[in-house]
Amino acid sequence: MTRQAASAPRRLDFATELTRWEYAAAPETTKVEIAPRYGHFIGGEFVGPIGGGGHFASVNPATEQPLCEVAQGSEADVDAAVRAARDALPAWAGLPGKERAKYIYRIARRIQERARELAVLETIDGGKPIRESRDVDIPLAAAHFFYHAGWADKLGFAFAGHEPKPVGVCGQIIPWNFPLLMAAWKLAPALACGNTCVLKPAETTPLTALRLAEICAEVGLPPGVVNVVTGDGRTGAAVVNHPGVDKIAFTGSTEVGKKIAAAVAGTGKRLTLELGGKSPNIIFEDASIDQAVEGIVEGIYFNQGHVCCAGSRLFVQESVLDEVVEKLRIRMASLRVGDPLDKNTDIGAINSMQQLATIRRYVEAGVAEGARLHEVNGHPLPDRGYWCRPSFFTGVQPSHVVAREEIFGPVLAVMSFRTPEEAITRANNTPYGLAAGVWTDKGSKIFEIARRLKAGVVWLNTYNKFDPASPFGGFKESGFGREGGLQGLRSYVQL
Amino acid sequence: MSAPFALLTARTVDPVMAQQRAASFTRRSIKTSAKAAGLRLALSMVDLTTLEGKDSPEKVRSLCRKAVRPFERDEELLGERLPSCAAVCVYPSMVAVAREEFGKVEEEGRRGLKGPAPSEGEGALKRVKVASVATGFPSGQYPLSVRLADTERAIADGADEIDMVINRGAFLAGRYAEVAEEIREVAAVCDASRSGAFPGPVHLKVILETGELETLDNVRRASDIAIANIRDGDFIKTSTGKVQPAATMPVTLVMLEAIRDECLRNGRRIGMKPAGGIRTAKQALHYLVMVWETTWGIGIEASGHQGTEAEGSAWLSPDLFRFGASTLVNDLLRQIMKERTGRYSAGYDFSEA
Repeated sequence: MTRQAASAPRRLDFATELTRWEYAAAPETTKVEIAPRYGHFIGGEFVGPIGGGGHFASVNPATEQPLCEVAQGSEADVDAAVRAARDALPAWAGLPGKERAKYIYRIARRIQERARELAVLETIDGGKPIRESRDVDIPLAAAHFFYHAGWADKLGFAFAGHEPKPVGVCGQIIPWNFPLLMAAWKLAPALACGNTCVLKPAETTPLTALRLAEICAEVGLPPGVVNVVTGDGRTGAAVVNHPGVDKIAFTGSTEVGKKIAAAVAGTGKRLTLELGGKSPNIIFEDASIDQAVEGIVEGIYFNQGHVCCAGSRLFVQESVLDEVVEKLRIRMASLRVGDPLDKNTDIGAINSMQQLATIRRYVEAGVAEGARLHEVNGHPLPDRGYWCRPSFFTGVQPSHVVAREEIFGPVLAVMSFRTPEEAITRANNTPYGLAAGVWTDKGSKIFEIARRLKAGVVWLNTYNKFDPASPFGGFKESGFGREGGLQGLRSYVQL
Repeated sequence: MSAPFALLTARTVDPVMAQQRAASFTRRSIKTSAKAAGLRLALSMVDLTTLEGKDSPEKVRSLCRKAVRPFERDEELLGERLPSCAAVCVYPSMVAVAREEFGKVEEEGRRGLKGPAPSEGEGALKRVKVASVATGFPSGQYPLSVRLADTERAIADGADEIDMVINRGAFLAGRYAEVAEEIREVAAVCDASRSGAFPGPVHLKVILETGELETLDNVRRASDIAIANIRDGDFIKTSTGKVQPAATMPVTLVMLEAIRDECLRNGRRIGMKPAGGIRTAKQALHYLVMVWETTWGIGIEASGHQGTEAEGSAWLSPDLFRFGASTLVNDLLRQIMKERTGRYSAGYDFSEA
């Protein structure tokens, strides 16, 4: 397939023109204070690790430079945090809802006031472009607190005919892809419902959770209501296995989720899991193609593809496949990859060296299995840091690894279909069921297809739209339980 | 040679994602060297416009002078010769006035009265063009014969470019063939070779008046109809400026996508002119970002592998992109001065057209 060659232009003899317009560097210049070393946030104050866990470095993935040292939470640290949460529980649960709401509102306001600082921290700790942390992560995190503050004194209406009571001490383990936002998703509903929390952020991205802990202290949240223990998977395991925890909420990989489910089985602890995905994005021939291409880009290249609901399997109706692929190539070439702190960067750094290795393994597997790799973006990459050019595969068979397994990177598998039945069957042929996208101009088709897709979220003529009022969660191996909305409150109350 | 893809049906546009994409261009951060280049490029793309019932020959003459030399003290205060605007845009009755004034400017240049002639100035045009609205602008509610005669007269008086309006009544009634036929007839008038005093090709700009078309689906359909019936290098244009809303980012994006698709399918380059409502330098830069990122790599022969240094855009040129505006020019000048001196100038530091 070749593009039509352009004709010789009829020139008007204008002397001024730019054939390339290089955007000058536009770095975010807000400076943030980072202490050389952080402890855990337990009982309302930062305390050094006990039990000999020691410290480890948190690294800026765009420069490979260490930012600071954070504590490796030991069983003793987790125990101290759970005790603090347990001690704080009666008073917090006993507060009238409207009083709890005031604290949650204050947290939301403080996040807004410190938004720039939080955005910069999120970007240097995790590698995501400042454009996204500034416009998506931080505003949404504040919105989650605002929204749930509103529920705190209305739980009786949310569960009419019941007297909702808190579950108790919640152990919450969150991933590295949206660090502050995931903390907000976990903490806000728990606090609104009168629970106390032990939060364990991911080991590669602990900084904004620690800053959020600081905000909790600033707004006078009673000590012990929110505790933050940093560390790797061992710390997470200590939270899961602690007998004083009443509920576990986990967002992360399906592999770890299964282990947690096994560990929690028979203990009486409640559990919600938000796990991986391999979400289908389905484009019909009657879709608005240019907008659908935007949706593809939004779906898979947002946050370097580190998104559990990423639209990583693209199904395009065969009659428009060539056009969609051609336009996707053009659109991808314009994506700007590089320094996450530059305000014009679209795709930042891969979160960690391990994740970069995983993505590379999958790309190699895709090539080895015979799919065709398109790496059309030629934007120059920095010398240091963890970088991955956005890419997509065509000629993908449903049996290929890149079409079945979650890559969690900016890599898309493009496949075609001929009939709506085929699209539905193939979209549902996956162990996951987190999200899906459907693109068509025809209303009746939208509702028919959406009804039959087995996914927790179905986006119609859009993708990756999030709102605190909208429940989010999966089917099958993508987990269970919902976060956000009325449905999200259910996991944090006893009726 | 086969086109890369066939157009199956009329293209639809989904407003939610189109608006989201259009808004994304406004979040680009254009600083320092990129801003300096963008401001000067925008200045060179302005069709400096006056379209009022009260327009006088004197106003048109000063408009022409402003278009040739937007800032008289540029060499003194900036140490550079700023580019001229692309064209002046006037009613047909003022075409002869404009042409006469440009004749004077050229004559003065030849005699060395007022510095170098525009054709010799750094970054200047060979000649600022005279664009005339025609075809019963702005409503187009006249018999076709009158609209064509209007066009012929403007060309005879020396117009280099004709800004026509489409027949919105026919379009909204679904009589697309009629809309297409009328565009072809106006294009044929522009195509007829000119003789005598004003030789050379006449460019056509087709005004869709998107404010009256309302939906982005209609904007796309009207763009496709216009593009199919004009010549390589002709333009499509958003608005007359007499209807609100005039140019908006989503509308311009949809039109640029139609232009891009035509280049991909048939290799023809169609120009784009948003008009009305673009008053600030910041807005102009947002539009240029949109042009750059929408036409990136289109219509330029990749002299290597794709997606690399060889790529650019042919639309970052007054050949293929214009702003229909008047107050925009002085805000561009203000920003250029700010860039150079670090201070904002007062409004009265720049001449009114």
